[in-house]
Amino acid sequence: MPTLLNPIMMREIIMDHYNNPNNKITPTNVDEYKTIRMDSTSCIDDITIYLKAKNNLIEDVKFDGVACTICTSSTDIMCDLVKGKNFDEANKIINEYFNMIYEKPYDEETLDEAVVFQNTYKQAARIKCATLGWNGLKELMNGDEKDGKKD
Amino acid sequence: MGAYKDMFDVYKIRQDFPMLENKTQQGHSLIYFDSAATTFKPYSVIKGGDEYYLNENANSHRGDYDLAFKVDQKVDEVRTKVAKFINANKEEVVFTSGTSMSINQVAFGYGMKNMTENDEILLTEAEHASNVLPWFKVKEMTHCKINYIPLNKEGRLTVEAVKSAITKNTKIVALAQITNVLAFLADIKEIAKVVHEHGAILVVDGAQSVPHMKIDVKDLDCDFLSFSAHKMCGPTGIGVLYGKYDLLRKTDPFMSGGGNNARFDMCGNVAFLEPPAKFEAGTMNLAGIYGLGAAIDYLNNLGMENIEKYEAELRKYAINKLKTLQNVIIYNENAEGSIITINVKDVFAQDEASYLNSKGICVRSGEHCAKILHEFLHTVATVRISFYFYNTKEEIDSLYEALKTGGDFLDAYFA
Repeated sequence: MPTLLNPIMMREIIMDHYNNPNNKITPTNVDEYKTIRMDSTSCIDDITIYLKAKNNLIEDVKFDGVACTICTSSTDIMCDLVKGKNFDEANKIINEYFNMIYEKPYDEETLDEAVVFQNTYKQAARIKCATLGWNGLKELMNGDEKDGKKD
Repeated sequence: MGAYKDMFDVYKIRQDFPMLENKTQQGHSLIYFDSAATTFKPYSVIKGGDEYYLNENANSHRGDYDLAFKVDQKVDEVRTKVAKFINANKEEVVFTSGTSMSINQVAFGYGMKNMTENDEILLTEAEHASNVLPWFKVKEMTHCKINYIPLNKEGRLTVEAVKSAITKNTKIVALAQITNVLAFLADIKEIAKVVHEHGAILVVDGAQSVPHMKIDVKDLDCDFLSFSAHKMCGPTGIGVLYGKYDLLRKTDPFMSGGGNNARFDMCGNVAFLEPPAKFEAGTMNLAGIYGLGAAIDYLNNLGMENIEKYEAELRKYAINKLKTLQNVIIYNENAEGSIITINVKDVFAQDEASYLNSKGICVRSGEHCAKILHEFLHTVATVRISFYFYNTKEEIDSLYEALKTGGDFLDAYFA
């Protein structure tokens, strides 16, 4: 599917996940989640990632906060992609995503909708936006949990 | 002033700046509207700093040989230049790394020493973090209080508001002369009168004002004034703290070491030097001081009155132009400073800044502390356009054209 995407469709996907994100909400049962606050020092994105996992299986991921289109949309797509996956599978998706962002060979099939961020390298200042949520989830799966401000 | 039009030839001035020569960004001519963050530097400033490394490289403070003597002389000369620039006495000019260090010096050296739990510091909600966080630290250490002088509907600080906020417990009032987002000019002279009537001191953040207007500290009667060289065509890493001499004497240095003591022994007896030397421990940013001297020469040569006049003209031009765009919200139409804060309707500030980047235009998006944004801006983030005397009306025209289609911000992503 991804290879058939044209720029107009890619825009629509980005805008749809920005305007109507499926996963941008603070969970009501927040105690059951591990959380990490990701606030970028180089831009104004400031989001918290919520991860609910059991035996390395991702039951739910959500996020909330203030962020730009690229950050909001890429994090929302990530949440959709990793839900129901185990940590190894999720890490594989994240690694493929980073490969794409950093202009290395990557697997389009694995990334699915996330391929809409393939042009990020053209706007170097946006790499931070496009990876903030993904780094947050990676850190959470590694067991790093932070409620407060990152320094 | 009749000479202003002939003297102030912006196209000629631009030739003094290497960063204004054929630079591109994203395939477009570079247009720099982030001078409130840092300004470009003219060749003369770059050469000024190089002069230290190329021909006069020695340490200051103790010159037993000609070369070192020359450096001491130059530092002294630049200090005099800075003093003249703001109408201070030479002994009242302390070299720091910049505005943040200057304010921290006052907070740690004067605030920490003199505040008690009964005392109060007054700030406003429009202050830059550098004029808030050091005072939080003073509060933490001394248990003094911090209160905020309310701004008017527009976001402006009035003398009346200072009068109604100040109390007998107020010991320090810390304000920006021109704020860094809304860019309103505070009437420091009148505010100083009110502050002094109450026995408090006025600490002024001049980071956004000193580069753009003629400053006379004696006329303003402020007690401290801080500013950075890099926002006025000078090098990074060098700035100034001005303080009235008797207050500088009552202020402790927050760094000690070589160059700030007259003598000491191992029993702990130390005699610190008098201001400004007592604040200048360690080897200073000497190349920075050389560059700062060149920056002041450069600005003096253009004339601060001319700079002020030209920037006011440019601002008016920009406001009139941007006002015609239905999709642009302007937050500080009536401000005096060379900053215009906007948003494009329904576009997150950072997305708009990225879009402008794709057109070669440098602006900054910023998030603001909760109070300001809700009361005055009704938004979580804004785009800041800030200019200096080297910007042109044509650059504003390009900005206008880019903002016309500012809603198509994802173009930046698929160009």
